[in-house]
Amino acid sequence: MSVSPQPAMPKSWRVESKPHKFCPGCGHGLVLKCLGEAIDELGIQDRVVFGCDIGCSLLSWDFFNCDSVQTHHGRTTPVMTGIKRANPDLICIAYMGDGGGYAIGVGGIVNAAARNEKVTVILANNTVYAMTGGQMSPCTMPGQKVETAPYGRDPEATGMPTQGPEMIAAITGDGAYVARGTTANLKQLKSYIKKALQTQMEGKGFSFVEALAACPTNWRTNAEKTWAFVEKEMPQYYKVGEKKNPFEAKKEAQQNG
Amino acid sequence: MSEKPITGEKRAFMTGNEVVAWAALAAGADIMYGYPITPQNEIMHYWTRQIPKYGRKFLQTEDELSAGFTTVGGVLAGLRAFTATAGPGNTLMQEPMSMAEMMRLPTVTIVQQRGGPSTATVIYSQQEVTLTTMGGNGEGLRIVYSPSNHQELFDYTIKAFNTAWKYRFPTFVLGDGYQAKMRESVTLYDPAERGIEMVPTEKYVGKPGTPGVDRDPGHYRNTYNTEEELFEVLQKHFADYEKMAPEVVEYAQEAVEDADLVIVAHGVVFRGVRDAVKELRAEGLKVGYFRPITLRPFPAEQLKAVANKAKKLLIAESAQGQLARLIKDAIYGASAEIVPMFRPGVGITTEQIVAKVKEAL
Amino acid sequence: MAKAVKICLAGEGGQGVQSVAEIIADAANAEGREALYIPNFGVEQRGGVSIAYLQIADQPIGAPKFDKADILVALSDRAVRRCKQYVDENTVYVYDASIEGVEDDLPKEGEAKKVLAIPALEISKNELHPRVFNILIMGAVIGATGVIPVDAAKAAIEKKLGYKFEQNPQLRELNFKAIDRGIELMK
Repeated sequence: MSVSPQPAMPKSWRVESKPHKFCPGCGHGLVLKCLGEAIDELGIQDRVVFGCDIGCSLLSWDFFNCDSVQTHHGRTTPVMTGIKRANPDLICIAYMGDGGGYAIGVGGIVNAAARNEKVTVILANNTVYAMTGGQMSPCTMPGQKVETAPYGRDPEATGMPTQGPEMIAAITGDGAYVARGTTANLKQLKSYIKKALQTQMEGKGFSFVEALAACPTNWRTNAEKTWAFVEKEMPQYYKVGEKKNPFEAKKEAQQNG
Repeated sequence: MSEKPITGEKRAFMTGNEVVAWAALAAGADIMYGYPITPQNEIMHYWTRQIPKYGRKFLQTEDELSAGFTTVGGVLAGLRAFTATAGPGNTLMQEPMSMAEMMRLPTVTIVQQRGGPSTATVIYSQQEVTLTTMGGNGEGLRIVYSPSNHQELFDYTIKAFNTAWKYRFPTFVLGDGYQAKMRESVTLYDPAERGIEMVPTEKYVGKPGTPGVDRDPGHYRNTYNTEEELFEVLQKHFADYEKMAPEVVEYAQEAVEDADLVIVAHGVVFRGVRDAVKELRAEGLKVGYFRPITLRPFPAEQLKAVANKAKKLLIAESAQGQLARLIKDAIYGASAEIVPMFRPGVGITTEQIVAKVKEAL
Repeated sequence: MAKAVKICLAGEGGQGVQSVAEIIADAANAEGREALYIPNFGVEQRGGVSIAYLQIADQPIGAPKFDKADILVALSDRAVRRCKQYVDENTVYVYDASIEGVEDDLPKEGEAKKVLAIPALEISKNELHPRVFNILIMGAVIGATGVIPVDAAKAAIEKKLGYKFEQNPQLRELNFKAIDRGIELMK
């Protein structure tokens, strides 16, 4: 298919693979737009290696005009770690969902974070396993109805949703950047992703951005309800903001010093 | 470039794990990723002690999944990357190595077999043959060498890097706990001094230029949308594998021409077989041996020729018929009767083989 | 074809059977002979009996472990019981004279080529020093098998412990005396 780039399309996007394969209303396209713009603004397209997981994130395997590797479920963080260790000049980005990051791949993420690996993890939190048809994920909200919790998630039986950035912030060392953004505020999300990439570029430490994202297909919500969930309900439990910022820490130190 | 790890021929007396570390150094391996498991641990110990001198790298990961997937990452970045594992670790290792099969990534994995199933023993077995040759949810698109002594462990570890990078299939050196832990003599050498040229590596990601501007991006995937798409991709892999097989297959045979009985064994068990055949021949018994050195691809035609001449094939292995399955598949339709000598998880001595042959003849 | 000499050393952790096997193997290798030494290890060794399997030959060695030993040295009651399986009528069986309560477990008349009780523990404690107990055992193994010349054994010890001898030359003398005394025990 031949499609000419729209003015809004980031330069690092691959025109030949657009329009992208995500469902209408999906959050992935928005997160990847922020990422694309951040890559453009930082001028790192020639150095980026983009890794995507299994789940809907895999549909981004040919999304960018960047070297890209589509890995196994939960294994994107170690693959990017392996590349980064082998060639520290590359900017390695691991892209995944909340199932891939907080369930099957949590061992990889936690240990990469604890080692302060100089890689960037971007995780789209849409509260479900979307590719497999809407099962309960680590981030399914209490009471939320999903295929494997048809009467709503019961925290008594299944625990509370995973607070990813809070966990990563607790276990990373100095220099790490950790934030939670949302597709409801793209300007802010892009600034978080940009800072995460800068953290890696400057070799400061692990960088991690969770992005609250919608999955109207599996939520079975119309546009209005979808946005209400992303904008109002999710942030009540998932607090948006920066959890750890090495650039702020530096500023503070300078002010205090 | 740092100094060479080995110059001239050096006779040494060391453990197999140490041999592997030296072989990887000599082969110009750039980085090892690993997770502790007995009996391969000392490969990491010796590697980490030597590497500062030679500018090589190491990462200890959180499990074998990550050890395998970081190794995959190292290869994607264009380095000679390797890992080592055993037993339950080898089970986990199959996931990353199946990705390497699909993406044609030349990873090198050293396996030091221990007892199974489950945690079993940390000591020894040949029970990881099926797993290492055919593991993962796939078709066994890999190369597996089975060395039998320290010299071969050194030679084939070096060779594994070359075979892997030449043909782009994940490659395994299948040792075992005995080979890992025992000490015997070995001659270490620099491959270049023996005229062995290391196959150059290539970056999959991070090549020069901006993707989409100066070159196409490298887009690597292991997921396919349709049945037909997957089928087509696999046909190419199979064709490559078949073309490669005759160039890679290795085996050894002796005294098979007039043999009534041929013993088939691989790896460390072959040592006892070799001595048993000498002993039995000295007694005038018509006994020979056939030893596959590559278990995958398997020297099928060569063994079938033997199996059509000999009356009996005695299969000796420290497993319950894992080698036997490879053999039966290879010689299907041949006339020789199969005599099993299965000793899962324990060693097989020359004396035991001699006795078994006499019983079978 | 001359067969390999098969040696099995067994004792408690700390009695030094592994280092004895390693030094003898090293010495044989240095003499240009083929040697193969394999310890038991991991879960099997922790809290269990430490066993060293050693073979020395003039041609490449076969299987790393063996059914029956040419010489077996057992240094504790548990080692005596654990190693019964390696003894046959061709085995020279050596055990420490101080081991108690193993009468029923030692080879009976005809079950071994020779059964020798040696007072290694006592000699090392009273005549030499407890720390050279294993070197005394090494002497006994060399005395029983002749697998390496005594000079080669001493050179191997020098190689392994030379850095200690530098600081304390008396230690060298003590070790060499232990070797000689061990060989003497087997005469």
